[in-house]
Amino acid sequence: MKGESVIKVENLTKTFGDFTAVNAITFEVKAGEIFGFLGANGAGKTTAMKMLIGISTPTSGSAQVAGFDVFTNPENIKKNIGYMSQKFALYDDLTVKENITFFGGIYGLSRSKIKEKRSELVAELGLGDIINELVGSLPLGWKQKLSFSVALLHSPKIVFLDEPTGGVDPITRRQFWEMIYKTANNGTTVFVTTHYMDEAEYCDRVSIMVDGKIEALDTPKKLKKQFKAESMNDVFLKLARSPIDN
Amino acid sequence: MGNMKRFIGFIKKEFYHIFRDKRSLFILFGMPIAQIMLFGFAITNEINNVDIAILDHSKDATTQEIIHKIASSKYFSIRQLIKNESEIEAVFKKGKVKAILIFEKDFSKNLTKESNATIQIITDATDPNTANTISNYTNSILQKYQQEINKNVKSPYQIVPETRMVYNPELKSVFMFVPGVMTIILMLVSAMMTSISITREKELGTMEILLVSPLKPFQVIIGKVVPYIFLSIINAVVIVLLSIFIFKMPVQGSLFLLGIESVLFIITSLSLGILISTASATQQTAMMISLMGLMLPTILLSGFIFPISSMPLPLQVISNTIPAKWFIIILKGIMLKGVGLLFIWKETLILVAMTLFFIVLSIKKYKIRLE
Repeated sequence: MKGESVIKVENLTKTFGDFTAVNAITFEVKAGEIFGFLGANGAGKTTAMKMLIGISTPTSGSAQVAGFDVFTNPENIKKNIGYMSQKFALYDDLTVKENITFFGGIYGLSRSKIKEKRSELVAELGLGDIINELVGSLPLGWKQKLSFSVALLHSPKIVFLDEPTGGVDPITRRQFWEMIYKTANNGTTVFVTTHYMDEAEYCDRVSIMVDGKIEALDTPKKLKKQFKAESMNDVFLKLARSPIDN
Repeated sequence: MGNMKRFIGFIKKEFYHIFRDKRSLFILFGMPIAQIMLFGFAITNEINNVDIAILDHSKDATTQEIIHKIASSKYFSIRQLIKNESEIEAVFKKGKVKAILIFEKDFSKNLTKESNATIQIITDATDPNTANTISNYTNSILQKYQQEINKNVKSPYQIVPETRMVYNPELKSVFMFVPGVMTIILMLVSAMMTSISITREKELGTMEILLVSPLKPFQVIIGKVVPYIFLSIINAVVIVLLSIFIFKMPVQGSLFLLGIESVLFIITSLSLGILISTASATQQTAMMISLMGLMLPTILLSGFIFPISSMPLPLQVISNTIPAKWFIIILKGIMLKGVGLLFIWKETLILVAMTLFFIVLSIKKYKIRLE
């Protein structure tokens, strides 16, 4: 399993009128890898990610995700991936239990499977006391862990995380990354975008997008060597030449 | 099989949203009842126990009989009898008396000999609506009386005026309001509530999650819309029941046809709601577009409050594009006139065409947005 490419992207391009949001990007992601997808705001990461998760059709190029083509088979891609957005989008007016049941349901899990998964989550995250609380009443850190777990309910091959740690405290971020490691150890590929350069250091490999193009792609260690930088933050600054906004 | 289960889960979730939000609950259930009561009881052209005065110059059997008839109707109560014309102004100025009936001299004799006698009805037109209603009511009492006496007199030359108030013989204004209120409420619930509930998912970011899931976009939309179809149907039933049992409004036509047409209009409104949600990013925008772009024209131009025939021509033309106009015609036809599909197929067809148009348009806009 490990070593096999689960995401293969070649010259993937997306244009909106005259504007090229994503300009012929090429990369591969291996199974079980934690792949960091970096870039300043407006560099095109979100657009690229939307093409990979099957909700935006590329203008040209090719891409396979979980073995399926983004042009011809986006529906099968959707079945095999999990997605968590920066908004930790769960339903605030539903309880933890109802949220789990609902999202399990739309991925077609059987009732018994949902129940099994739920007990797993209760044990793992210590949800016992809050399982019948409305999600809206939970602290942000909880919501974030919960929505990550919900994105993994249907055991996807790849999970896409769009700035998953925006706005949470360092301790929770640390805990969250422990969850990411665990997920990757279980064989799920993690594709993560982030603004935090310290998080970039945690990734197996990192790509940095500037103005729609991938300008650098390697392990954090090699990137630092290549750019003669102390940290990923310096690497990023040298590439993007503009300060990062958080 | 799996699809059906997913779908039911989706609907269940939608009902959680609705029942846990006091605001939507109020709009869904409080509003229809409040509105129909408001229009039924408060905003009404009906009159009850209006004080009138009588000036009887002839004081014969016929005038006594007519006065008796008027006094015994629940619409009027005779507050005073006056003796001559000079008192009229003073009586009106006091403000209590809204109308004065004046019988000419030799009323009975004129009626039998010349089959022509006059009653003058003077109404206080500071409130033109009431004045108009009073004169209509009085006329209808007089006509009834005239018919009665004409039964006994078998003269072939007698001319009997044949004006009859049809469809709403008692001029009950609530009967005229029910179709309008029902239209507005179905529009409000179906269009506004769906557009808000869809944009809420966009605002919260859950729409994105749903679109990334194996659910197809149209499944998401149908899942959002179905609960509101149910609730709108319940609303329509509540309104019809209130009208029948509280306002004693008879539904002349087929209840089945009424149901079918209502579902059609609900679907029209829902498709409008979906269209609005594709055009707006936030709940506020959806609400503003629904209120300003839908409710206002619906209330003003559908013929609900202002008769379309008395609008300037450009507005009359515009009113044709308002779905509510056609639905009100259909409702009035079925509820008040008791007509069948034969008489309202044209309006029905227009609604069907509008619905298809809105659905096609929203599918197109949806696709563009997904790009």
